[in-house]
Amino acid sequence: MREKLSIVAVGHVDHGKSTLIGRLLYETNSLPDGAIEKVKKISEQNGKPFEYAYLLDAFEEEQKQGITIDTTNLHFSTEKRDYVIIDAPGHKEFLKNMISGASSAEAAFLMIDAKEGIQEQSKRHGYILSLLGIKKIYVVINKMDLIDYSEQVYTGIREKFNKFLSNLNIFPLEYIPVSAFNGENITKKSDKLSWYRGASIIEALDLIQKEPEPEHKPLRFPIQDVYKFDNRRIIAGKIESGTLKAGDEIAISPSGKTTRVKTIENWPGPYDRDYVSAGMCVGITVDDEFFNKRGEIISLIENKPQRSNIFNVNVFWMGKNPLVKDKKYKLKLTTQEVQCEVFSINKVIDSSNLNVAENFYQVNRNEVAEITIKTQDVVCFDEFADFRGTGRFVIVDGYDVSGGGIVLQTDDTLKNRILEPKSTSFKPRPGLVTREQKEKKLNQRAKVIWLSGLTGCGKNEIAVKLERKLFELGKTVCYLDSANLRFGISSDLEFNEQGAYEQTRRIAEIANQFINNGIITIVTSISRYKKSRESAKEIIGSDDYLEFFIEATENVLKNRGDAVPEVYYEKSDYPVYSLFIDDSEFNSDEKADLIFDYIKNLL
Amino acid sequence: MDHLEIIEAKSIYILREAYKHFGKLGMLWSIGKDSTVMLWLAQKAFFGHCPFPLIHVDTSYKIPEMIEFRDNLVRGHNLNLIVHQNKQALEEGMNPEKGRLVCCEHLKTRPLQEVVKKFGFEGLILGVRRDEEGSRSKERIFSERDNESNWDYTDQPPELWDQFKTDFKKGNHIRIHPLLHWREIDIWEYIRRENIPVVDLYFSKNGKRYRSLGCYPCTFPIDSDVTTIEGIIEELENTKQTERSGRAQDQEDAYAMQKLRSKGYM
Repeated sequence: MREKLSIVAVGHVDHGKSTLIGRLLYETNSLPDGAIEKVKKISEQNGKPFEYAYLLDAFEEEQKQGITIDTTNLHFSTEKRDYVIIDAPGHKEFLKNMISGASSAEAAFLMIDAKEGIQEQSKRHGYILSLLGIKKIYVVINKMDLIDYSEQVYTGIREKFNKFLSNLNIFPLEYIPVSAFNGENITKKSDKLSWYRGASIIEALDLIQKEPEPEHKPLRFPIQDVYKFDNRRIIAGKIESGTLKAGDEIAISPSGKTTRVKTIENWPGPYDRDYVSAGMCVGITVDDEFFNKRGEIISLIENKPQRSNIFNVNVFWMGKNPLVKDKKYKLKLTTQEVQCEVFSINKVIDSSNLNVAENFYQVNRNEVAEITIKTQDVVCFDEFADFRGTGRFVIVDGYDVSGGGIVLQTDDTLKNRILEPKSTSFKPRPGLVTREQKEKKLNQRAKVIWLSGLTGCGKNEIAVKLERKLFELGKTVCYLDSANLRFGISSDLEFNEQGAYEQTRRIAEIANQFINNGIITIVTSISRYKKSRESAKEIIGSDDYLEFFIEATENVLKNRGDAVPEVYYEKSDYPVYSLFIDDSEFNSDEKADLIFDYIKNLL
Repeated sequence: MDHLEIIEAKSIYILREAYKHFGKLGMLWSIGKDSTVMLWLAQKAFFGHCPFPLIHVDTSYKIPEMIEFRDNLVRGHNLNLIVHQNKQALEEGMNPEKGRLVCCEHLKTRPLQEVVKKFGFEGLILGVRRDEEGSRSKERIFSERDNESNWDYTDQPPELWDQFKTDFKKGNHIRIHPLLHWREIDIWEYIRRENIPVVDLYFSKNGKRYRSLGCYPCTFPIDSDVTTIEGIIEELENTKQTERSGRAQDQEDAYAMQKLRSKGYM
């Protein structure tokens, strides 16, 4: 089967997108009989010179007015493979159509008229390509015939445009000088451009390496629907990345439930291999038939997507009305649909010159902005830089898809958090060094080891032994003793239920800061209330929170504590590791070793 | 994934999105190769089931073999089929001699509008492809029609990644085009790979075969001796004739299809 690559032609109006495409179709013998004659006839009828664009601009309005309104797809082939080329309009007012066309492309021609030079849409389209994640870009410097095939003009444009594009992290594969209308440097190198050493258009196309489906990335399988047409209960969806096979242990986000893949389903017969992979639309059945629904994301247990209600994004706005604060929109990300609002507008960028605008109150049509989004319910996503499919979304205003965007980096300390900030005057800001980098440098994985238990149970003695043991093993470790914090950060708190809850929250927040800086953190906290430990787990993240209950007998407590009040410890509903202490003279080294044995492979 | 697997996956995704979003959903089935492939894709998407009715707009001028093929397939797969005709227009003697475009409007566009209203369809799945003709080349995958089935093609909504237009005014409906990205040759290569039954009219008899099927007064076979799917694929690799050159209504006016389709034609 022949390979197929999709490429979009973008650029400023009249810089020759349609002409290049027409020429490519003509040169590759892809036009049906009579097409050129038809174009000649239309050109004559409209009193215009021969124009390849009429091959693509099918609408009467487009042909009569000589403009491309909407995007279209055409097919041609080289010896190497088949191509679908997408024509995108260059008028600013049809930017939404340009984006619709470009969003499905794997590579792009960014056209620049050699005589007119870099124009507003050349830059804006460049910016849009970078947001869409299209990295394989050829800048085509067209109409070289109008400037006598001058190397100097070509070099001037290249240097100037390169400067602009490098700010966007776009590094074009090549700047190709052509005359699309005269067919120079289209299929083979042109004598008129003897100074140019690069490839012709067709040669350059065939040089593009097609990006394989992201099979080797961690699994992301958003649930599209759940079917029960017969006795099977099939979870259907598209695998965005990774692979999946029967027997795999899977986690379902955001609920965090886990189960196992029972079967991979297909019609009319089974697949001829035992796994399914990125890009495929599949159906599976699972062992535990708990309630699943559209929008949840299936992953492997050890690598889940992020989940949060506040995150930073880049958006391009195409709506008739501007994007504003204090208005409800709908966010569609993978198969999730959730109500959202703009929490803060951090930067509005004029995409034609990258100037950062002063006006932070709204994002107008055709503008690009960095904003913080707040959703009503928890959303699962990834950063676009790591995962395409789960890192991009659209925003619906009323009935209309009005914006598109990509998820930016989240600071490690704010990841997987449900945040209810009181003010929108600040925004979540990411740093430049990630937790992963810090952990790598410290040669450890950071976890919170949370020791709870009533006063006198011995948690403190065990914790200090554990700290020393980890320290001697070369680990970077921090010990947060709840009692010590009461002297300082929590000196304002009362010793009552409310104070206890607040104290646990503060410790959890501090511990969260430490682990997200790569530091193993031991906590001792009575935390007798079940709910307060649950919220600590929520703040820290269930993957990083290791709860140990130090359970001492009443006798031990009485012997060791200073006048123990009658208090009750509420046990957790989820499984935790328990250490039982029935001897007031217990050996704390042994107990620390028990904890160490349990956690050593996790650090 | 090879090319056919990629386009197949995309179609399955679209069909599942349509089924999830539209309570009242129907699939137009013209009995031709494209909508027959689409029916196959629906069974793939829904693991051997077709969870919505098929709709056939019967002009009464269909080639008889098509109706026979239709009825056999419906019986064999236990499909739910709605057949709809503009009886009044037929009684009043509507035929292509009154003008091909007039006839198309009365016997295809109008009954299609009627069927949408009668059953209250919110979503209508159609097997049109971009490479068929100009106005289809500009289509969206989820394409809105107003309550009179009009298409505002000069101001189409953005459509990016796998996110489609699923919010719209009550009374309007969405045309869903799961095959928009397929080429004619893809259809045949897929029919070959999947072994999908198609009506015999596509294969040569007495030196002629149909390349595109429609009503007999307005559809003309092409010269061909091809009697196998392999032969059709080879013929398509070498032809420079357009697929719909045998469809007379397309040739009535330079913008015939745009005009028909802006008023609700398929």
